[in-house]
Amino acid sequence: MAEMIALSRLTKRFGPLTAVDGIDMKVSRGEVLGFLGPNGAGKSTTMKMVTGFLAPTGGSALVDGIDVTVDPVKAKQRIGYLPEGAPCYGDMTPRGFLNFIADVRALSGKERDKAIDETIERVEIAGVLDQPIETLSKGFKRRVGLAQAILHNPPVLILDEPTDGLDPNQKHQVRTLIQEMAADKAVVISTHILEEVEAVCTRAVVIARGKILADGTPEDLLKRSPLHNAVHVRVAAAAAAAVEGDLKALSVVGAVIREQAGNGYCEFSVTSKSGAPIAPDVAALLKDKGHPVSDLKTEKGALDAVFREITRGPDKKPAEAPHA
Amino acid sequence: MRNIAIIAKREFKGYFATPLALVFIVIFLALTGAFAFYVGNFFGRGYADLSPFFAYHPWLFLLLVPAIGMRLWAEERKSGTIELLMTLPVSTLDAVLGKFFAAWAFCGLALALTFPMWITVNMLGDPDNGIIVTSYIGSFVMAGAFLSISACISSLTKNQVIAFIIAATVCFLFTMSGAQLVLNFFQGWAPDVLVDALRSMSFLTHFSAVTQGVIDMKDVVFFGSLIVMWLFLNIIAVEINKGR
Ligand SMILES: Nc1ncnc2c1ncn2[C@@H]1O[C@H](COP(=O)(O)OP(=O)(O)OP(=O)(O)O)[C@@H](O)[C@H]1O
Ligand SMILES: [Mg+2]
Repeated sequence: MAEMIALSRLTKRFGPLTAVDGIDMKVSRGEVLGFLGPNGAGKSTTMKMVTGFLAPTGGSALVDGIDVTVDPVKAKQRIGYLPEGAPCYGDMTPRGFLNFIADVRALSGKERDKAIDETIERVEIAGVLDQPIETLSKGFKRRVGLAQAILHNPPVLILDEPTDGLDPNQKHQVRTLIQEMAADKAVVISTHILEEVEAVCTRAVVIARGKILADGTPEDLLKRSPLHNAVHVRVAAAAAAAVEGDLKALSVVGAVIREQAGNGYCEFSVTSKSGAPIAPDVAALLKDKGHPVSDLKTEKGALDAVFREITRGPDKKPAEAPHA
Repeated sequence: MRNIAIIAKREFKGYFATPLALVFIVIFLALTGAFAFYVGNFFGRGYADLSPFFAYHPWLFLLLVPAIGMRLWAEERKSGTIELLMTLPVSTLDAVLGKFFAAWAFCGLALALTFPMWITVNMLGDPDNGIIVTSYIGSFVMAGAFLSISACISSLTKNQVIAFIIAATVCFLFTMSGAQLVLNFFQGWAPDVLVDALRSMSFLTHFSAVTQGVIDMKDVVFFGSLIVMWLFLNIIAVEINKGR
């Protein structure tokens, strides 16, 4: 079955608060799904239900076709899970801890040794194997947590903020790791780092107040940015007024925003009316009119602007504090 | 079955990762010795047996066993590792039993380390070793009952100190319920059924029967069903509380 995770109307209430509100979502093998949303959106709660830690108030979660509430042990065998904050047994060493996980995951013989060795190499914890986990730095603790999640090469990988607290090298390493493993797995990662979504995710789901607000490829999301395919132009200050007038007259242009002036230069952001690329038109126009241009580049639009737009809405009401 | 053993093994080792194991065993041995020799007048009695030694076990256990049991679940919940444990492919029953057996084995170890008492009494005289064996078994099973209470209460809170205090209190009530002092309080106004029920719930009553050297089915069933009941409650409490 290609569809490894299937959530339907998944709901979780904590007393009066609905943390997860009827989420429908499917994740197949080969997909890396970035789960985004403001603090308190319900990302971790959703993951806890998929991994069988919390019982849903309503709806269902299927992992590889198995309902996690009906046959939790079987479902959990197929999942590798890094809980938020990467909790580990502090009094154990990474070596002892991984051995314990290998036991629980019923790995044995050569396969077990290979899995442990490979995992240690992948998350680069060889140097701290015999040091109690509670004395490790935050980043190393997270790596041990990650090691635990991938040890049994699960078809479903659920990672709650896997790169939180890692140094830039390790962040890169973990992202590469996720991409390497993604081919035959369904991977869900939650993150607040939006470049991460662009770097590793094939799909992004944005939730707020427990509801899905957007679901698509990172490119789809970028298209929602008002600055998607906008053109950034720098001209001499003397020509600024003329350039502004000419640009505004162009039919493909949405808005012309004067950004900053100074040093004898003036910069504009020229947005695309339809979202389609406008750089050639703008360049041609400026050339025709004989305006000297010192810089011109296309913007992709920033994912964080889209994120803000989606989760806060145009009216700028904060999405946090749903129970206030 | 396999999972229970794996969890028990990890848990049992956990006792030795901190000074807890050593501290506990030293205190347990010192106290059992002190009670037997000084309070129980082990030498002065003129009998070669271990009854003064066993007589104080309920009182020792009601403080020491909650100290072993308090960390079982409270610590997992406090540190968040419960989320790790309960998302591994193990059932709640496996986890509850694994933890319980680990802690019980630890009690058994502490108890086994009192063997010099047994040797001493055999050197001094000619005790009834049959009674001593049944008393050891009885003591171990009683420790299991105290432990099942402590484990269950440990899953109700994230705070180990609270777990300890409540568990010790509940253990105290179970021990004391057969004491005349308590029964007197109820006699006269409470229905006889209640008074009898209270008396029959007492660890003291059942344990002293065992230390007489007779293993009565009634006492076995009493401790056995108590353990099963508290572990069952433990499973429910873990299920309800794990996500909080
Ligand atoms: N055990 C609980 N009891 C009561 N409320 C809870 C519980 N767990 C989570 N919540 C609430 O549910 C909501 C969703 O929390 P959740 O942890 O899923 O958010 P999140 O999207 O993971 O946020 P973050 O980005 O901060 O990790 C929050 O309002 C939170 O306070
Ligand atoms: Mg979270």
